This record gives sequence, C-alpha cells and structure tokens, in this order.
Amino acid sequence: MTPASALSEPALALCLLCIVLVPFAAAGLALINTGLGRSRSAAHSMLASLCAMAVAAVVYFVCGFAWEGFAGRPAHSILVAGKAWNWIAAEPLFFRGLLLDGSPASLAALLQLFAVGLAAMLPLGSGADRWRLGASCASAALLAGFTYPLFAHWVWGGGWLAQLGVNYGLGRGFVDAGGASSIQALGGLTALSIAWILGPRRGKYALGGMLAAIPGHNAVLVLMGCLLAWVGWLGLNSAGAILFGGVESGQTVLIAVNTTLAAAGAGLAAAAITRARFGKPDASLCANGWVCGLVAISAACAFVEPAEALVVGLAAGSLSTFAVELFEARLAVDDPGGVVSVHAVGGLWGILAAGLFAKSIAGSASGQWLAQLVGIATLLGFVLPLTYGLNWLLNRYYPQRVAREGERQGMDLHELGAGAYPEFITHSEDPSLPS
Amino acid sequence: MKLPGFLMLVAGWGIVLAALALLRSAPQRSAFVLAGLGVEAVGLILVVRSHMLPRGARR
Repeated sequence: MTPASALSEPALALCLLCIVLVPFAAAGLALINTGLGRSRSAAHSMLASLCAMAVAAVVYFVCGFAWEGFAGRPAHSILVAGKAWNWIAAEPLFFRGLLLDGSPASLAALLQLFAVGLAAMLPLGSGADRWRLGASCASAALLAGFTYPLFAHWVWGGGWLAQLGVNYGLGRGFVDAGGASSIQALGGLTALSIAWILGPRRGKYALGGMLAAIPGHNAVLVLMGCLLAWVGWLGLNSAGAILFGGVESGQTVLIAVNTTLAAAGAGLAAAAITRARFGKPDASLCANGWVCGLVAISAACAFVEPAEALVVGLAAGSLSTFAVELFEARLAVDDPGGVVSVHAVGGLWGILAAGLFAKSIAGSASGQWLAQLVGIATLLGFVLPLTYGLNWLLNRYYPQRVAREGERQGMDLHELGAGAYPEFITHSEDPSLPS
Repeated sequence: MKLPGFLMLVAGWGIVLAALALLRSAPQRSAFVLAGLGVEAVGLILVVRSHMLPRGARR
C-alpha cells in the first residue's frame, strides 16, 4: 500500500473528523460484549472494556508506536536474498520525535491510539463471565506493547508485508485499508487464545457432551451496539484508507457506501439464514452478522465497487452464522460474544476478499491474491502462536481465570463488589433470593 | 498435540517466507505459499483438537 505523504487542509479536517468517530466502534463493541454476557457480569464487562482501552492507549504511547512507526520513518531492515525486509520501526519511546502537528504520521498515531484499544477489547467478548479484570488488563498490555505494533508495522508502517509489491511484484503488496487484519483478525485470534486458555464457562458443556445454551442478557444493548459500531466503522475505514491506503479524501463517499452495504448485506444474510433454520430471525446472530460485515469490508473498503461490497457482506453474514455454531457446538470453544467467528473469521475473509475483488489496486490479479495469502499465513503462523504463547506465559504467573466461587457469584459482585442492576432480581442464584 | 500443532503453524509460515525469498518463478512461489498454508491448516487442526474437551468430560 502507498500511505499518504501529505494532506491538504480539507483532507486533514476530514481525516481528523473520521478518526474521532472511531471510539463509537469501541463503544458499540463494548455494548455488544456486555449484552451477550450474563447480567451478573455486566458492569464488569463494561469496566473491563474501559480498562482495556486505557491500558492499551498508555502502553501504545509508551512503546507501541516506537515499534510500529509510520511508512518513510526510521525502521530496522534485514537483507534477505538481496531484498530489504523492513521488520520493525526504530522510533523513540513516548512519542518523542513525533510532531503532533497534523502530519500523516501524527494522525496515524492518533488513529492507532484508538485502534489498538479496539483490538485489545475484542478478547473480552470471548473471556466474558470468567476473565479476571487484572489479567485482562495485563493481556491488553501485551497486545498493545508487542503483538499489535509489530504486525501493524508490517501492514501499515511500511513493513515487509506492505513491501511485497515493491520487492516481489505481488500487486501493491498486502492491502488492508481499515484494519481487517491488524485490528480485527489479530484481536479475534487473541480472543481464540484467551477462550482456549480460560476454558469454557462452568455448566456450558455438561456430562455426555450436551451443550447448555447460555443466552445473552440484553438484546437491546447488543443491537444498539451494532448501530454505534456502524458509525465508528465509517470513521475507521475512511481514516485508515486515507492514511494507510493513500486514497483521496473524496473517496470517503465510496468507503461509506461500501461499509454500509457490507453491513446491511451481512445483517440480512444472517437474518435470512436464522429465519430459514430456526423459524425466526435470531437477534444475537443478526448482530454478529452485521458486525462481521463491517469487519470483512475493512480491508478492501476503498478498492471495490458497491455491488462487490454487498457480496462481501452477504458472504460474511453467512460465514459468521455458521462459524458461531461450529466453534460453540463442534469445537467446544466457549465464546459468549462470538468474537472468534465475527472478528477472526470475518477478518480473514475480508483479507481474502480484498485479493478477490479489489481489481483496481492490483498490478496483476494473481500477485495481489498471493500477497493477501501471505498476510493470512502470517496471521495464522506467527500472530496466533505468539499471542497464545504470551497469554499462556501470563497465565502461568498470573492466573487469568476467576475462582469457581467468583464465577458462581458473578464477576460484578466478586470483583467489583456491586452488581450492574442492583434494583432488580436478575438471576436465580442471587444470594438474597429465598430458596 | 498442542506443541506440535503450534510448531506446524510456525513451520508453515516459514515455508511461505522461504518461498518468497528463494523462489523466482510465480507458479513455483504460488505453489509453495499454498503448501505453507496447507501445513498451517494441519497445525491448526492439531491445536483445535488438543483444546477440545475429552469425551465425557464436563466443566
């Protein structure tokens, strides 16, 4: 990809406006994760989202940007078979050396402060109802301080994935304008690691392999979250495409149309599939489908036609609906928020879709396709083992799962001392209930 | 099976990187990238199976 080298005044204003919309995506995802969890862990879930965003922002400020950098700024390279492989940035810590003056690099740093928080809060959905607050903050610090900056440098900071086009003639190199790989797939694969390390919630998989349904406690929060996420994604995709994809600011109209059509297509596909299979549309699966559409179109949002965006969305909505069932029922991955299906599977599909549909960016279609495959191989072969290993090590020295009593009592009472809904009787295990 | 699975994931990625760095012709490079992804797929299956609950177990 070719990042922006300089922005005009109107482009700067538009880009800044798009960036400040990104926290709406975080708010939306926090509401979705909370609504899909149990009522006795609702306050804990929202607080954990806030803490993950805060920890990620601070750690990214301290060292994350130093590893990630921006295209054209100092970086370390190694020579492999005569080609320079740019693998990590060489910026000073604490944003030193970065003028916060509206340059593309400074806007990218601001966008990344929000984006890294978005990636760090994704695993909260898969660890809901059993992941300790302190451990989730420590895990967010690992993601924001190492995993995210390293991979994001390869994609957005002029790293070796971005240079696949220049070095090896693979289209324009690995293309991901809005973060389908560096934010969504990376966060989704971390969520998978967390779900594996924590294990399923007690009572989820009963003796004999029977699966217990533990429905989300508030569908209104979930659907409201979808609407907020939509607004945030419009900003995320537009700002990412301007800063990292080098597209003109006028292209934001196309990006907004594509983002909306993909989400709409995905939501409708999920509604149609659940209607056909269960007789009625399922609210939580429709919400998952909607967000999966947003995730999937992120990579190619500025490079496809609206009709193609709709196809990407329809496929994403169908994929997420079946993936939720596959992970939960067949693979015994207890992921209350559906994060793995929506963000990991949706992100990987989005990367593939960019290679399939984004003809306008490719020097040669096969080359672009191969660059996208190399990106997927890197996510599965490097990011997944790395994030699993880091969280496994963390779990060895700082156990991540709450004690059995805490899970029975609910994360709100156990870790925060007060519930989210103190005025209401919300579940049958409330200790104040008469037996 | 967990460790071999993760090792195969990394090995698959290594094949992909080696294909990029060492091979010049596009068909060969594509074939080796696909082979690397295949190795990763096997590794992923091993990792997934190692995390599934044993038959009859419960939480």
